[in-house]
Amino acid sequence: MKTKNKIHPWEITSESVYLDRRQFLLAAGLATAAGMTSLALPGQLMAATGDLESVQGPYSTDEPPNSWKDITTYNNFYEFGTAKDDPYDNAQEFRSQPWTVKVSGECDKPGEYHFEDIIGPHTLEDRVYRHRCVEAWSMVVPWVGIPLGDLLKRFDPNSDAKFVRFKTLHDPEQMPGQRRPVLRWPYVEGLTIAEAMHPLTLMVVGVYGKTLPNQNGAPLRLITPWKYGFKGIKSIVEIEFTSRQPHTSWEIANSREYGFYANVNPEVDHPRWSQARERRIGAGVFDEKQPTLMFNGYAEEVAELYAGLDLRKNY
Amino acid sequence: MTQKSVRILKAALFLLCLLPLGKLTLEVFGVAGMSLGANPIEELIHRFGKWGLNFLLITLAVTPVRHLIGLAWLMRFRRMLGLFAFFYLLMHFLTYAGLDQRFDIPVIVEDVVERPYITIGMTALLLLLPLALTSTNSMMRRLGRRWQKLHRMVYVIAILGVCHFYWQVKQDILEPLIYALILALLLCYRLVVRWRRNRAASRQITRNGHDRIAHTRRTI
Repeated sequence: MKTKNKIHPWEITSESVYLDRRQFLLAAGLATAAGMTSLALPGQLMAATGDLESVQGPYSTDEPPNSWKDITTYNNFYEFGTAKDDPYDNAQEFRSQPWTVKVSGECDKPGEYHFEDIIGPHTLEDRVYRHRCVEAWSMVVPWVGIPLGDLLKRFDPNSDAKFVRFKTLHDPEQMPGQRRPVLRWPYVEGLTIAEAMHPLTLMVVGVYGKTLPNQNGAPLRLITPWKYGFKGIKSIVEIEFTSRQPHTSWEIANSREYGFYANVNPEVDHPRWSQARERRIGAGVFDEKQPTLMFNGYAEEVAELYAGLDLRKNY
Repeated sequence: MTQKSVRILKAALFLLCLLPLGKLTLEVFGVAGMSLGANPIEELIHRFGKWGLNFLLITLAVTPVRHLIGLAWLMRFRRMLGLFAFFYLLMHFLTYAGLDQRFDIPVIVEDVVERPYITIGMTALLLLLPLALTSTNSMMRRLGRRWQKLHRMVYVIAILGVCHFYWQVKQDILEPLIYALILALLLCYRLVVRWRRNRAASRQITRNGHDRIAHTRRTI
């Protein structure tokens, strides 16, 4: 039996609370200066008590995490609509339990696995990661998950398993965004086997110590913090080991703008906008954008995966 | 419509046109729980831009609506609507330049030069500037016929504006397509009216043997 972690990393860092308070005071001051009464509270830190049992994992940043509100109301999850608040508005009725994942391809233990079979044998870890969207905004998110590599090893991938392909649930009834062909449904993402096995890569089941909200990709989603957010496929129902590089949804939609690797890279611009800087969600309206870091600041951990690869061509 | 009622309606319309600005202001300061969401700067830029486009299309709708339901006095409000389009688009640019790029001129120039959707957006705004500056009665008088020619530029500006919107959308083009469709209808209306007038005029010529084209070449 796992022991419940008493202190979570975001509880140790009171900096975020301090920041939130400071922003509140600033907002209140501005409102008073403008002769108005402010009833609005800034994004609150919630979920001090989570429902998941977890231990502290490695690689956590000590940057202050974003508020529960920002993380759970500002989402790109096109299956529930293309506006940022659509997932929050449209995903509340989504049934994320019971949940089955089909494992197939180049491995010795394919099959249909229940959510409990997938997660049960592992210890959940808290990992506070930076999250950089291809749209040039970023957050810091206290995820709860398991290292993807530990999970994949249980399916005994064979030597032909060079890539891993993931698929999101296709259910237009529950996912209204899938009723329009904005992307080719179901959503498909992929990683090289080395990326999938990297200890930074997470299969996420929660945020802020709580079960993952539907709008964040319940019940299972991928997180690769050195890649743009769209690689983090949500509501996963299929994992396939393949010998060939999978065609991913955004690549199919626009291969000139979105590549298979999608590594965060301030030197390679999106054809329509710069990737050199990012807007940190939750920063003040008058705060500057911050410089984007190579591999989103995880270069030390992942740069060797891409040794000899032309990152301009393999974007 | 009497002079007095026009004045009252104008004042009412002015306040109505300020409503989007009022709402945005309340949201910026978080009054009564209103908010611009997690990414307020982007939201502000987008909302100003969209209201600018809305007002451009509303301005372009005045003439067709006047023709179709015969409310001649609608023309009295067109200038104000056009100026509000300019105002919201200027705010769109200023929030981008000021809040997003913090008036970092080299970065803004790079954006305008290297990012085609920003290039055409900037072009549209610059083309709109002389129209706003020549919207006074005295400028209309001074420019005479050239005033009308100059202000036909608004068709080009609206096309550029909708292209700018279409081009910056990440993947879901439904909304800019709706704008494009409305703009296409408004422009087609003018083409059809012009074509019918020209045809009528040429019939007149053959029938009467003298040139009445000049007469039919009124504004459409």
